Amino acid sequence: MRARNVFVGAAFALLAGGMAHSALAQDIKIGEINSYSLLPAFTEPYRKGWQLATEEINAAGGINGKKLVVISKDDGGKPADAQTAANELVSSEGVAMLAGTFLSNIGLAVSDFANQKKVFFLAAEPLTDAITWSKGNKYTFRLRPSNYMQAAMLVEAASKLPAKRWATIAPNYEYGQSAVAVFKKLMSEKRPDIQWVDEQWPPQGKIDAGPVVQAVAAANPEAILNVTFGADLVKLVREGNTRGLFKGREVVSFLTGEPEYLDPLKEETPEGWIVTGYPWYSIKTPEHDAFLKAYQAKYNDYPRLGSIVGYQTIKSAAAILAKAGSTDPEKLIAAAEGLSMPSPFGEITFRKIDHQSTLGAYVGKTALKDGKGVMVDSSYKKGADYLPTDAEVEKLRPKD
Amino acid sequence: MAFYVAQFLTGLASAASLFLVASGLSIIFGVTRIVNFAHGAFYMIGAYIAFTLTERLSGAFGFWGGIVLAALAVAMIGIIVEMVLLRRIYHAPELFQLLATFGLTLMVEDLVVLIWGPDDLVGRRAPGFKGAIDFFGQNIPSYDLFLIVLGPVVLGILWLLFQRTRWGVLVRAATQDRDMVAALGVNQKWLFTSVFAVGVFLAALGGALQIPRDAVHHAMDLRIIVEVFVVVVIGGLGSIVGAFVAAVLVSELNAFGILIFPKISIILVFLVMAVVLIVRPWGLFGRPEAAARKTPGLTVNPWRPLTPNERLAALAALVIAATLPLFAGNYALTVGSEIAIFVIFAVSLHFLMSVGGLASFGHAAYFGLGAYGIAFLAKMAGLPMIVCLLLGPLLGCLGAAVFGFFAVQLSGVYFAMLTLAFAQIVWSIAFQWVDVTGGDNGILGLWPSSWAASPPHFYWLALGVAALVTIALRAMVFSPFGYALRATRDSTLRSEAIGIDAKRIRWTAFVIAGTTAGIGGALFAYLKGSVFPDNLGISLSVDALVMVLLGGVETVSGAVIGAIVYKALNIWLISQTDLSKLVLGGFIMLIVVVFPKGIVGMLEMLAQRRKKASPPASPLLAKPIESAE
Repeated sequence: MRARNVFVGAAFALLAGGMAHSALAQDIKIGEINSYSLLPAFTEPYRKGWQLATEEINAAGGINGKKLVVISKDDGGKPADAQTAANELVSSEGVAMLAGTFLSNIGLAVSDFANQKKVFFLAAEPLTDAITWSKGNKYTFRLRPSNYMQAAMLVEAASKLPAKRWATIAPNYEYGQSAVAVFKKLMSEKRPDIQWVDEQWPPQGKIDAGPVVQAVAAANPEAILNVTFGADLVKLVREGNTRGLFKGREVVSFLTGEPEYLDPLKEETPEGWIVTGYPWYSIKTPEHDAFLKAYQAKYNDYPRLGSIVGYQTIKSAAAILAKAGSTDPEKLIAAAEGLSMPSPFGEITFRKIDHQSTLGAYVGKTALKDGKGVMVDSSYKKGADYLPTDAEVEKLRPKD
Repeated sequence: MAFYVAQFLTGLASAASLFLVASGLSIIFGVTRIVNFAHGAFYMIGAYIAFTLTERLSGAFGFWGGIVLAALAVAMIGIIVEMVLLRRIYHAPELFQLLATFGLTLMVEDLVVLIWGPDDLVGRRAPGFKGAIDFFGQNIPSYDLFLIVLGPVVLGILWLLFQRTRWGVLVRAATQDRDMVAALGVNQKWLFTSVFAVGVFLAALGGALQIPRDAVHHAMDLRIIVEVFVVVVIGGLGSIVGAFVAAVLVSELNAFGILIFPKISIILVFLVMAVVLIVRPWGLFGRPEAAARKTPGLTVNPWRPLTPNERLAALAALVIAATLPLFAGNYALTVGSEIAIFVIFAVSLHFLMSVGGLASFGHAAYFGLGAYGIAFLAKMAGLPMIVCLLLGPLLGCLGAAVFGFFAVQLSGVYFAMLTLAFAQIVWSIAFQWVDVTGGDNGILGLWPSSWAASPPHFYWLALGVAALVTIALRAMVFSPFGYALRATRDSTLRSEAIGIDAKRIRWTAFVIAGTTAGIGGALFAYLKGSVFPDNLGISLSVDALVMVLLGGVETVSGAVIGAIVYKALNIWLISQTDLSKLVLGGFIMLIVVVFPKGIVGMLEMLAQRRKKASPPASPLLAKPIESAE
């Protein structure tokens, strides 16, 4: 029980660490949290994106003349650790707002923390519909197009396919489950004639691809919905290619067009999948050209979707802070609701009704070019066009 | 029909990959008794090095040569690890090697990202095995057929190695009774090193052979490590044939299970293990462990209650800790609360491990059940916080009573693995039963009532409970129940001979430890305001083990220090750097080498030495009482 001495010592050390950090009083600080150590493939480009944004904002005179400082923390992929980090950022660093997160459960944990502590939170990446709808709260805003929006974009293309027999493959956790549920619901509304003949739920990160592919093939579907990504997607594609699963079948796939997930596939890239993604090489708009040029000049590398998300998260945060002219959370909320701003994908708006941004996504088809996977025939889908009606949203979201 | 044959063959191919890795683990455990947590890390390094080599070297020879070279290179790394790290700690308490290999795993996960970058890597396909063979309309990849052949071939080679060479005879002898082998004059050092190298070679080969079908990435190790442990235990520790049969069993059940229950994969291996261990306590092909000749617990310092001076010192430390809110900010207080909660969690496992001699690999189950207990009571029944705090841990108690009943029928690593299986079953229920538990999105909005909401108040609450729990468990150690429990730990036979019902005593200890962990979990739910399946997960169970081992498993209250050091360091590092795993892993390995008895164990030993150097104050303390047997 002499233990306590060490404990107090440790507490002192933490305290001292907290003090050493305190930046200049006139700076505006944003607390950023993400799964840097768990998901480096996504978060490295993401970090580059927000660093570029921070640099641009400060070069242009900061926020109403004050320098913007982003303090970044790793959450190790655990909701509990994300909350510890959020607490440190708010209590010790005195940040004006929280931003970031990737995984849905971490996004929800931080959003609940923000609601409890009355702190503004801009969720960057988590896709779960719950964060703006069933578990939405007034302190939380979200940048990326949600599960529902991406499903609606894919359904638009998928419902035009002649296929009637559909099978689904999705990782067995909330993201996969809700992606499949929304896709099925919207699809069946548009096409009452289709049948769902099989579903496979491999554990996230642990797919045993051979048996899964074989089982789907045995159900003999005409089309397949895929929600797996990352290493699971690689295994699925490789087994599917070898076993001829995709031959003569349409495939609709969430996120597969994002460079993070498409590029590793190289010459194994399956052709003709309908996917959401980010074809940075074929977007020809002035906003995107400016972003691309700045990014490539700074990093000598091409951007991934994570770069866009990181860049726009901090750009959005800065726009909100600038409009509010204050770091008071209530004023930040008032400023953010209905605020429009430019983004590399064109103008976006943070909706007042559910705090979802109208950032969209690109839908296109996969193709193989010079031994690399690319997205072709892609077109930008505005987020605003793929959200349910206001009346439905009101029903989904709890009253504040 | 053709489909079922194809599915069966696919299952066999999965089994072959699993077997390669599992066989290595089984050999290492059988001989050295090291729970090699780093086996997955070696598997992963094998895949990474093979990726680099097969990309550089061209042609068929380049590919196959690259695979074998990679496995050999990793085996060399294994030899270095064994000689530099593990050799120093063979005489440390049981499971201490787990701590070293855990530290190594943490480091490797960050190192591969530093060396090979963050992107998933996709290697080339095996020359000659790129396509598929048509089997009555079903496509079977030729690489699968290659693996199906390779599995039994490796099994055969290992069998010949063990049955037909002198080395194999020694390995088998050591698996059965390593003390006797040592007594007969066999150089154990080199036997252990060579066995470790062979085991690591097989792991790396298993990883390298995944290149044509998998992506190489930095989380490969965690994906496989638990699964291969389960396979090894189902097969029976140290039995290569058992590992093969278990791999086939698990893979085939999965291949056919998903046809009926597509969500079965997430839990299947643990269900199989739980059933097998309940029916056959030593796995399918395992044999009961030979009775240990050494006393597992205390050998030098007999346990004693604190002296009056030490009590005063402990009280003073507690008072100082309680004054923290006078000068620390909210963040430091919240971290303090978290540390206090982990002290509760760690002492509960420590009670089970060091007093009862029962190492649980699934202790987080009871911590998490306590947290979910709170969530159900507060969210569904709407009960006030104080009632929830009193009733919530009862869910942990209930879980411990049910699972503990089965677990205490076993001992040693089999006990540990059965607790792991139960924890994973509970975890998957929390994960899958979305309507009740919210699935992986958890249950949110569990914030404390206003009387405990402010950080200082919550800190005092957590600190007070932690102090009470620690005192209560200490009191129990020196109660008649504690003596009985220690008796069952030190010698089951003797304790039963004097009329102690070992299983009932152990079951009681299990329930006490589970309930205590539940108290920690209940506080944790209120600290974080939310509950997630993570709270029941493997990584939390491993954290608890690390805290206990770090503090010193042979001490009475070492876990207190272990929890404080580990948790404070972990929180601080993760806040300071993205490479927290690298630094933390390095720190753990350093501790392992410098303090082979844990931090508190080492301090006690130093204090003991100083007393010995001066004229003996009390003859009782200087005499090694319990080193008999």
